Order: sequence, then C-alpha cells, then structure tokens
Amino acid sequence: MGDSRLVYLDHAATTFTNPEVVEAMLPFLKERFGNPSSLYAPARAARIALENAREQVAKALGAGPEEIYFTSGGTESDNWAVLGTAYAGRKQSRHIITSSIEHHAVLHPCKYLEKQGFEVTYLPVDREGVVYPEEVEAALRPPGTSLISVMYANNEIGTIEPIPELGKIAREHGIPFHTDAVQVIGKIPLDLKRKHADVDMLSLSSHKFYGPKGIGALYIREGTKLDNYMHGGGQERGRRAGTENVAGIVGLGKAIELATRDIEKHSAKIQKMRDRLLAGILEIPLTSLNGHPEKRLPGNLNFSFEFIEGEALLLLLDQAGVCCSAGSACSSGSPGPSHVLLATGLAPEAARGSLRLTLGDANREEDVDYVLEVLPGIIKKLRAMSPFYRP
Amino acid sequence: MYNEKVMDHFTNPRNVGEIEDADGVGEAGNPHGDFMKLFLKIRENHIEDARFKTFGCAAAIASSSMATELIKGRTLEEAWGLKNEHVSEALGGLPPGKLECSVVARESIHRAINDYRKKQGLELWEE
Repeated sequence: MGDSRLVYLDHAATTFTNPEVVEAMLPFLKERFGNPSSLYAPARAARIALENAREQVAKALGAGPEEIYFTSGGTESDNWAVLGTAYAGRKQSRHIITSSIEHHAVLHPCKYLEKQGFEVTYLPVDREGVVYPEEVEAALRPPGTSLISVMYANNEIGTIEPIPELGKIAREHGIPFHTDAVQVIGKIPLDLKRKHADVDMLSLSSHKFYGPKGIGALYIREGTKLDNYMHGGGQERGRRAGTENVAGIVGLGKAIELATRDIEKHSAKIQKMRDRLLAGILEIPLTSLNGHPEKRLPGNLNFSFEFIEGEALLLLLDQAGVCCSAGSACSSGSPGPSHVLLATGLAPEAARGSLRLTLGDANREEDVDYVLEVLPGIIKKLRAMSPFYRP
Repeated sequence: MYNEKVMDHFTNPRNVGEIEDADGVGEAGNPHGDFMKLFLKIRENHIEDARFKTFGCAAAIASSSMATELIKGRTLEEAWGLKNEHVSEALGGLPPGKLECSVVARESIHRAINDYRKKQGLELWEE
C-alpha cells in the first residue's frame, strides 16, 4: 500500500471525457445556451452546432445526416429500436429474434414485449459467444417476424458478431435489422453505405468513446418503419421529442470525429497492450479466457479464475488501485452470474469467478506491468483461503 | 459499501487455515454459493482454537473471520448461541442483503460442535 497509483481497466463501462471534447462543449453550457428551436440569433448558433454534430456522426458511420437521431444514450436507442419496430409492425407480425447475450437494454424491452403478447426467440451462442447465421435462418417466420436485433460486439466478453452476414439474411427476408454497436465505435470501422448496407438501425452511446454521458444516437435507415418512442415536441424531425441536449450533442459529434479518425492504428495500439496483459494473466494457473480468441474487441479481456469469487477479487484489486469489473456480484437485487457467461455454457461457479478488464486510452504499457505484478498475488491469497482449493 | 471493520476482516482475515487434528469440523454453504469450512480445537468444553477456510464474497470472509474471533475461548454452549446478528454487530453492520452471507459462520459452528459431540459419543444438539 501507500501507492496512490490508479489503473483504469474498465473502458467498456465508461471512458474519461477527452479534454478536446470538453472544450468543444463548454460554450454550449455557457453563452450559447439558446434553444435550437427558437428563431433569434443566439439560438441559431445552437441549431448550427446541432446540425454540425449530426454531420460528424453521419460521416463517422458512412450514413446520411438525415438518418441520425440523437437520444439520451445506448439504452434509449435500443429501447426505441426494439419497441418502435415491434409496435409499428404489430398488425402483421409479433415475433422478434435477438440473441441470448444482448445487453439488458435490448433483453428487457423484449421481455416487456413478451408480456404484450409478442414472441421472442433468444438465439443461442457457442462457447465463444458467437451467433450463427444458420440459427437466425432457422428462427425466421416471415412475414411474422418483426425485427432481428443482434449486438455488434458483446460488452462483457468482447465477442464480435457476424453483423454483415446476419444483416444480409434479414434483408433477403425483408425484416428490419438492428444492431447495438455501443461497444464498437472507434474500434471497428463502420460503413452503413457499403459493408453494413443491410443494417437498418444502429445504437451508439457517447461515453463509450471519450464523449460525455447522457447522449447517444440511433441511426435509422431511410424508409425503416418504427413508431416514435418519446412523444412531445417536434424535435428531431418530429421523431424524438424533447429539447436537445445541445452541449452533449456537440460533445458526441466531436468525440466520434476524434475516435474514428484512425481506427486501425488506434485499435492496433490498444490490442498490443491487451495481448501482453493476456499472455501474462494466462500464466496464472487455473485461468481461462472467456470469449473468442480472435473475433474480439481490441481492448477486451474476460477471464475465469477457478476457486475465486468475483466480488472478493474486485475489492482486493480496488485496494491495489486497479479498477475493473466482474461478471457477477453477490448482492441484493443482483441476478447472480452473468447471463452472457452462462449462455456460453460456463458453469455458474466459473461465471462467479470471472473478471473483465477493458483497456483504452487511459492505459500505458506500465499499467500492464503493474497488473501483472499485483494480480497473481491476489489470486494466490484468495485461493489459499478457499476450502475447495488444493495446491 | 462495506465499513472499515468489514474491510479489515476481509483484507486481513484472522484465523485462516486448517487444524490437522481438529476435534470438530463443520462446513456450510448458502444460496449465493459462499462456502465455509471450520476447524475447532476443543478442551474442557472450551474452544481452544478455531481456524477456517471460506470461498465467497467479502461479507462471507469477514463474517468467518469475526465469528472465529468471537468463539475462541468460549464454552461450547456460548459458541452454539452465537447468532448472525452478533457477528454482523461485531463487524459494525453489513450492507443490506449481505446478512445472508454471514449465515455460513453460524451453521459451520453448529456443525463443527455436533461433529465433536458425535465423536465423543454425546447426544447431538438440536438447531
């Protein structure tokens, strides 16, 4: 102890806000406070900034600005896509296909729709968390299927799904296709005109790529039918009511511009650090990597340590100044082991001893050295306390 | 979420380990998957030594540590009467929902005492 060092390894939970982004936002929290819907001069500055940010988001995705709708974040975007599509098509179809490893922002709206009489197919995944296109084909009930929603990459285990292939199936059968790309922005290049031409809706959230919290967007391809989710004023071309979070939107625009400037180079740098950490941690006995070895987000690591309980591990890491997250927590109201790890076939005990480390711009090579210095001792200490462990 | 005393007993747990020639051994789990194994050395109806091993969250480990501290030197009757609330109070309180994690301590004590009584040919005590 006595070490005030802080190593932040939870970039999948949230990221720090890039100082350049904060700078861009500040005028809109101060003198340029105008409501973009008003007609006088100070409001016009806000309106112009709003449309500029929309252009920035559109450019980063290879989309048109008229296809970008600002929301309060990933959860709202996912809710809008799932519920909006389901309601819009409910006269013809009442069936949704999604995966068993989606974020709760998709799974819980689906559960809600089940109560409204919809049927939901939760696609299985393999041990590495991959959804198979054949499974999607087998689940289809055109014209009875309202929506296919599969995340681009999983937030816990980092597995990247075959989105272009899944989108192609959806397009062939004329079914709207949504992907939660919250973890993907700035890590995998997106192009909604070419490579991702079969994606109809895409969710993103600013605070996952060094932008502010409380702001996100839903991409909606021209011609996609979905009901509104927020009802009220005529903002966002009448599709999403509520006075715009101008400073947040400006921050989102700046953040996505910065994050997508040189994705390949940036991802390669993060992945290099990640791979060194991976190799070092795998030297700890009775340790395994969860998720796919290659089809994986560049900053993601997820391990199971046998004879280890997640909360105890997190607390000891926190005492050593390492911030990361576990696949489960034993606390009131917590549902127990991660639904993602269980869906990959991991036993509940192994899921309970899981640890997620997500690298990003807050990290330097020394952080990798530091974690490799403290983690083995912590694991050893907890195992020595376990009645199940025999060295 | 945990107070300093809980964190102290979690980070530096007292009495971790096993007793090879234990007079009584007891183990218990809870629905969260926490699991405790307790070893007792007993002389003249008193708990001379107590050691434990626990798999579980910080609350389970801290409770195991505190429970062994509380029963050392006590009579078997006193140790039997130890309640979850006593352990929790001695720890300065556990967060809501975490009291359940401390039940492994009380149950392990009961089982270890009855294991001892069984070995001595004595009647088992009832919960």
